[in-house]
Amino acid sequence: MSEKSLEVSGLAYAYPDGNQALYGVNLSINQGERVALLGPNGAGKTTLVLHLNGIIPTMQGQVRVAGKLVDSKNAESIKSVRHKVGVVFQDPDDQLFMPTVGQDVAFGPYNSGLRGIELEKAVKEALELVGMSEFIDRPPHHLSFGQRRRVAVATVLAMKPEILVMDEPSSNLDPAARRELAEIITSLDVTLLMVTHDLPFAYELCQRAVILSAGVVAADDEISKVLSNKQLLTANRLELPKGFNL
Amino acid sequence: MAALLFILVAVATPITNIAAYIAYFSLIWLALITAKIPPLTVIKRSLIEIPFVAFALLMPFFGQGERVDFLGLSLYQEGINAGAGIIAKATLGVLSAILLSATTTAREILRGLEILRLPSTLVQIATFMLRYLNVVTDEMERMSVARASRGFDAKGIRHWRVLANSAGALFIRSYERGERVHLAMLSRGYGGELPKEEREEVLPQQIALGLALPLLALTSLLISILI
Repeated sequence: MSEKSLEVSGLAYAYPDGNQALYGVNLSINQGERVALLGPNGAGKTTLVLHLNGIIPTMQGQVRVAGKLVDSKNAESIKSVRHKVGVVFQDPDDQLFMPTVGQDVAFGPYNSGLRGIELEKAVKEALELVGMSEFIDRPPHHLSFGQRRRVAVATVLAMKPEILVMDEPSSNLDPAARRELAEIITSLDVTLLMVTHDLPFAYELCQRAVILSAGVVAADDEISKVLSNKQLLTANRLELPKGFNL
Repeated sequence: MAALLFILVAVATPITNIAAYIAYFSLIWLALITAKIPPLTVIKRSLIEIPFVAFALLMPFFGQGERVDFLGLSLYQEGINAGAGIIAKATLGVLSAILLSATTTAREILRGLEILRLPSTLVQIATFMLRYLNVVTDEMERMSVARASRGFDAKGIRHWRVLANSAGALFIRSYERGERVHLAMLSRGYGGELPKEEREEVLPQQIALGLALPLLALTSLLISILI
């Protein structure tokens, strides 16, 4: 069962303007694990995420998804890795670009070659998982923010990814929508890497926490241990909300 | 497509052929009634024509040649013809556009264009425009609220600078959103082509129905010429 879903080793990256974002990141995630990726703004979290599905080409180091190397020079490898790593971006309006919810959810599986009944089935299943089935023919701008976020998750689930990567899933959600999303995530049977500042949300959903700070992994442990280490949190500009106890 | 043909036939008819115009108007009204579009909607949407009507009403006062006396005003025959032509043709055009937009959703129009083999890039651009029009107008709205809450009131030419800056900011924001959308598309394996919906067969009856309106208009034109 300890198959590795994701293995990142010695990953370093500098943006074309010379700004270095990552200084040798090592991270490995087992199948079925739910991991929170924490860290202050500008720590390189998003840069790391964009490496995972080959949007940013690897400069130094290695990324392996389900044992397979992400080779940014090989179009086939990039294509297959994008179907294995499902990234849910922060702003659902960026993620939902098709005229209707159903078409949008169909976008990913269509690109991986599903057609006809199989495609319909994948769309239906994904929308059911997030409880949005009755919205299949609606245009995204008629949905509430929380509903759009859920559809954004469905668009990625429809691709049956090996690992689900979420960028700030709880941001801008009202408390009820945040709880609903948490319930949906708990009900999913996938490997999860969740980038977040919302520590209670991370605590609720993940067993393990990784702190990324200034381009390196500053901590990698059970989430309760990480969150109860006050010194560690303060050093990385992280804080539990007032009155929150583990 | 049929709407376009109908407009073409109508525009090509000389205004002096009054019988043909009567036939066109009855045809388009018949179509509007069959499509069960409420008259109020039609009238409201027709308001867009008003500037053209105003312009057309002025035309009889300018021109040359034959003069006609009407209610004590001396008007030019040529101007009357041109003005009447503009009004009649514009009204027909607007009515057929209303017919199209009230019976067909924007999505179906896009699909129609795709079936008619409009280049897929153009269809994609139109699709995205449809999706992000709301997002961008919302953003514009928020920016204007933010300006107003800091006491900005666009009164005159001195405020154009601020408005131009806002327009620029909106432009850049939309551009950046475009980049993020593209990233999201790549992440889900975008390879240059949007999924096509399963194509329903277009039945010959549907095509015939679609062509009925322009064909009837053409027939009435021919008849009125022959008579």
